[in-house]
Amino acid sequence: MSDIIRRDPRAEWIARNRLHPLHAAMQTQQTSWMGPNGLMRKNPHAIAAGFIGPSGIKRIDRSGAQQGTGVGGRRTAAAAVQLPLHQVPAPAFYIAVVPDMVGGRLSSHDRDLLGLAHSLAGNDGAVLAVVFGEHKESNFSTAGVDRLLVIEGESFEGYAPEQLVQGLRAVDNHFTPRHWLLPDSRTGGGELGRRFGAALGERPATRVWQVKDGQCIGRAGAGQQDLQRAVPRLILAAAECAEPVSETRHEALPVELSTSVARSLSRIEDLGSVAVDPATIAMAESEFIVSGGNGVKDWDLYHKATAALGATEGASRVAVDDGFMPRNRQVGATGTWVTARVYVAVGISGAIQHLQGIGACDKVVAINMDPGCDMIKRADLSVIGDSSAILQALIEAVDNFRSGGQRDAA
Amino acid sequence: MSTKVISLVSIGAHPSSGRARRAEQDARAVELGLQLAGDNLQVVHAGDPREEALRAYLGMGLDHLDVLEQPAGADVLGVLGDYLRDAGAQLVLTGSQAETGEGSGMLPFLLAEKLGWPLVVGLAEVESIDNGTAQVLQALPRGQRRRLKVRLPLLATVDNAAPKPRQSAFGPARRGVLAARNVAIVEDELLVEAELQPARPRPKRLKVIKAKSGADRMKAATAKASGGGGKVLKDVSPQEGAEAILKLLVEEGVLR
Repeated sequence: MSDIIRRDPRAEWIARNRLHPLHAAMQTQQTSWMGPNGLMRKNPHAIAAGFIGPSGIKRIDRSGAQQGTGVGGRRTAAAAVQLPLHQVPAPAFYIAVVPDMVGGRLSSHDRDLLGLAHSLAGNDGAVLAVVFGEHKESNFSTAGVDRLLVIEGESFEGYAPEQLVQGLRAVDNHFTPRHWLLPDSRTGGGELGRRFGAALGERPATRVWQVKDGQCIGRAGAGQQDLQRAVPRLILAAAECAEPVSETRHEALPVELSTSVARSLSRIEDLGSVAVDPATIAMAESEFIVSGGNGVKDWDLYHKATAALGATEGASRVAVDDGFMPRNRQVGATGTWVTARVYVAVGISGAIQHLQGIGACDKVVAINMDPGCDMIKRADLSVIGDSSAILQALIEAVDNFRSGGQRDAA
Repeated sequence: MSTKVISLVSIGAHPSSGRARRAEQDARAVELGLQLAGDNLQVVHAGDPREEALRAYLGMGLDHLDVLEQPAGADVLGVLGDYLRDAGAQLVLTGSQAETGEGSGMLPFLLAEKLGWPLVVGLAEVESIDNGTAQVLQALPRGQRRRLKVRLPLLATVDNAAPKPRQSAFGPARRGVLAARNVAIVEDELLVEAELQPARPRPKRLKVIKAKSGADRMKAATAKASGGGGKVLKDVSPQEGAEAILKLLVEEGVLR
């Protein structure tokens, strides 16, 4: 059904004409009538229910002249807007971007970088995203990727910075991008970009926060100074260096390297991550937090569950005020604003102050009794039920998972 | 353990006053070196030997500090590379980036490339050194650690995850010797064309709402944060719910 509003003059005429045989049927609902004792009865709910006006907005008419036109329930929400497709059939040059892909997805820093790449590419160039290993991202096209190069192989697994540099060198030989853009972040981009710059012999511009008219400005020293220079080939850009792409859709066509990547002799061997006591990690930068609130009745079980999961403990204001958790564990507007990738809220209904504090979290899991609370609306996965039973089941499931993993390894 | 450890230090700048001081991360590199090598630690600075702020490093318990004499704005890469190669160092520690000048953080990477040594970024702890390999802990963002096995000689940068530097004492700082050496000078060509200027405040990003109608803008301004339709598991047994949560945790890779 199209969104164009069409009038039906005949239906309007019938609705006006009280003598027409179809008049009663066209009336949406009778709002006032004579009662058995001669009293006028009114149904205020019918009036307040209103009708949908011609512009798709609900109208209430108390004058008594209301004429229902809500035939078939005209849809109000516009269909999802299809952004125009930006196509680069034969790119004159490439702008290569190596996103961090923290957790396999594009971070906001990566999106800013793609926006910057898009502004450098203009209409003729194509933005080439180079991704190592598997990813979980499904929105490359809306983030502004014209060409997508996924380099896979077991030599790129784990921490293999020297091998990644070899991969980038192969991309450099094949596509010869006009610019290389990497995020100047601690999550890998800053290190990889500098290694790549040293290997290529390119002098990068670091901590760049603005690129304009062939000049780029980056922070220098300890952030007290700026360094302005001509845009070099390799740019390590800070967060919010440009606006992310939001007005176009892109093709994200998969491309491949013609040659395989040379294997570098690894001088650094990755022995895996080390278990860190989650209680020692600052809450603001912990990546996995399990928070308890008013719905947690068995706090010993809660502590046991966080230990089993290896998560940092957090709490809502109520749990802190009631003395179950220390004040420095409070999450929210008055406590800590957390940036966890996964946030599990146990028995927290989600006051607005708490939801503000978890605004930067990627995935939120809610365990709650009340299916209508605000936390459930925010959460990506909600389980309705008693928190104690679910935590107990979770501890068992984690134990099973851990012992199963060990069996596989043995 | 007779591993030769060298720490590279620079002059820092106080974040609010801008006054010269010992650089925060370089002091951590010296601290880590002192813990590993004790009195045998060798500390090198390329710059002006008359700079008083260098004495803050001596005050950490060093009796002398080598200074390769360089004017401000010189390229110290070649000089330092030659020095490290001649010194026969096994482990070179340095801060991640300088607090003055360009501060690009490229020096350790370029040195490693020039010397052909492996480089470890964000060294937090050296666990053991034997048989020409070192087992080290690398600091990752979000407080995580990774264990690496690296061949020596090794260049490592330290950041704020490394041990806190000890206080600098006044007496040793006075008694220590700044041993200056005359070396070749190479001008840095970048600073000829580009110049440092006081940092401009960055514009704060505004939240732009692209809505066609006023009703949509109002909705966007007043809406509560919502994940946009998550999965709700109702009327399931606790076991099924726990399985679903566990599946998400494993997918996200937070369960170790």
